[in-house]
Amino acid sequence: MNRVRRRAVGGRLPVVLVLPALVGLAFLLVPLAGLLVRTPWGAVPGQLVRAEVGQALRLSLVCASLATVICLLLGVPLAWLLARSDLPGRGVLRALVTVPLVLPPVVGGVALLFVLGRRGLVGQYLDAWFGISLPFTTAGVVLAEAFVAMPFLVVSVEGALRAADPRYEEAAATLGASRWLIFRRVTLPTIAPGVVAGTVLCWARALGEFGATITFAGNFPGRTTTMPLAVYLALETDPDAAVVLSVVLLLVSVAVLVGLRDRWIGGAP
Amino acid sequence: MSRTRVLAAVLVATLFPAACGSAGTAPAASAVTVFAAASLTGTFTELGEDFEAANPGTRVVLNFGGSSALAQQIDRGAPADVFAAAAPVNMQQVVDGVGTAGTPTTFARNRLQIAVPRGNPGGITGLADFGNADATIALCAEQVPCGAAAEKVFEAAGVTPRADTLEQDVKAVLTKVRLGEVDAGLVYRTDVAAADAEVEGVEFPQADQAVNDYPVAVLADAPNAAGARAFVDHVLSGRGRAVLADAGFTAP
Repeated sequence: MNRVRRRAVGGRLPVVLVLPALVGLAFLLVPLAGLLVRTPWGAVPGQLVRAEVGQALRLSLVCASLATVICLLLGVPLAWLLARSDLPGRGVLRALVTVPLVLPPVVGGVALLFVLGRRGLVGQYLDAWFGISLPFTTAGVVLAEAFVAMPFLVVSVEGALRAADPRYEEAAATLGASRWLIFRRVTLPTIAPGVVAGTVLCWARALGEFGATITFAGNFPGRTTTMPLAVYLALETDPDAAVVLSVVLLLVSVAVLVGLRDRWIGGAP
Repeated sequence: MSRTRVLAAVLVATLFPAACGSAGTAPAASAVTVFAAASLTGTFTELGEDFEAANPGTRVVLNFGGSSALAQQIDRGAPADVFAAAAPVNMQQVVDGVGTAGTPTTFARNRLQIAVPRGNPGGITGLADFGNADATIALCAEQVPCGAAAEKVFEAAGVTPRADTLEQDVKAVLTKVRLGEVDAGLVYRTDVAAADAEVEGVEFPQADQAVNDYPVAVLADAPNAAGARAFVDHVLSGRGRAVLADAGFTAP
């Protein structure tokens, strides 16, 4: 897709916008700076080579990525349904989809246990019929992260869909394209930036997920201990190690996002 | 138009109590802020209500959590009057940090007990079952006091536990047992007593190897030192001991 670089409209930047913008920027960056200032940098290489840290980091990246894939496969169609279909009660559905955003993640984890736990509504049959038990497994981590992260993707994509001009789709339809073809060739390219933004948000949320993960999937090194869990437990005994671990997670996620941005997102301005 | 007005009203309604709340955190002489270990949730809530009833106009603000997390919050300047920890090591963090007014007093003891879901579906009879790979087991992580205590009893029993999850605090272990997600967990006797509708306790002899002392102290910079002292006295009183004993604690 060709991009149009927009030039700033008008000359001087209005103070009404710039001032709160700068305050907002500081509000977001100063705590981060605080973390970086307090980081015992000498300890970072040592932590990076620790087996448990490598394990937790790998698990975090794998689970967050798998959760994001699940969210994409289910979330984009869901967003399409909410934005484009004439389903009755869409407004209510739209509100319900955002519930996991509001729910404290720990409660989300308990809710998942109620449904997918060993004695859960669905989980008891999974266990009895197939011998599948999701709590305390890596699959459980992925599910917990997907549950918490999917609304971010759905909201982003749905917003993009609603903002997109439906006339292109209508034009394609008059030319005889099927709805699936229209979705793939017209809709998806139009909303690509929204999908990318949603994916990044979703991945980042999944990577930082703590409450639902520890509640639903528990905490066991190599199986369900992701970085946020390792950070939380390190905080109990060794706050310095916890800071180092969070910085490691931060650096890796920034590196991944920057890398992806250069490769696939085509260097948005 | 009316919509904006409703929105504004909602905003004001939500922001105002918050603003008042933050102004009120430096408590008036009438509030005693107590930071207490998660395992004291039931007893201290009851003792707090007692204390409020006996001292009209006084409010007890309770903050429960993992002892080490609470100790860190206090050392970072959280405005607490009283600290009650589940282990002397966490109290020591505070003694070495912001300091306490006087030496901490041990007010209760707790010991571990095996918790199993009602009916004991896993057929758990003792610590040896924790080494069985077929049983689903929840323990506390070694970083928190209940995890350290668990390590001691397993060492005494010569059992290598095969845990499926190492939880961040004892209540999280209890939740997993309550929901029937695990066949057994190692928690405090008091936790079993608090959840006796859904959970059964299994005693084991090695529990004597890891008896937990609970210290309580008034903090050196307590905003309400007099109230704090009175609350600690209430915990140490006959009534306090009775409430603690009911909940499964033993007297020091």
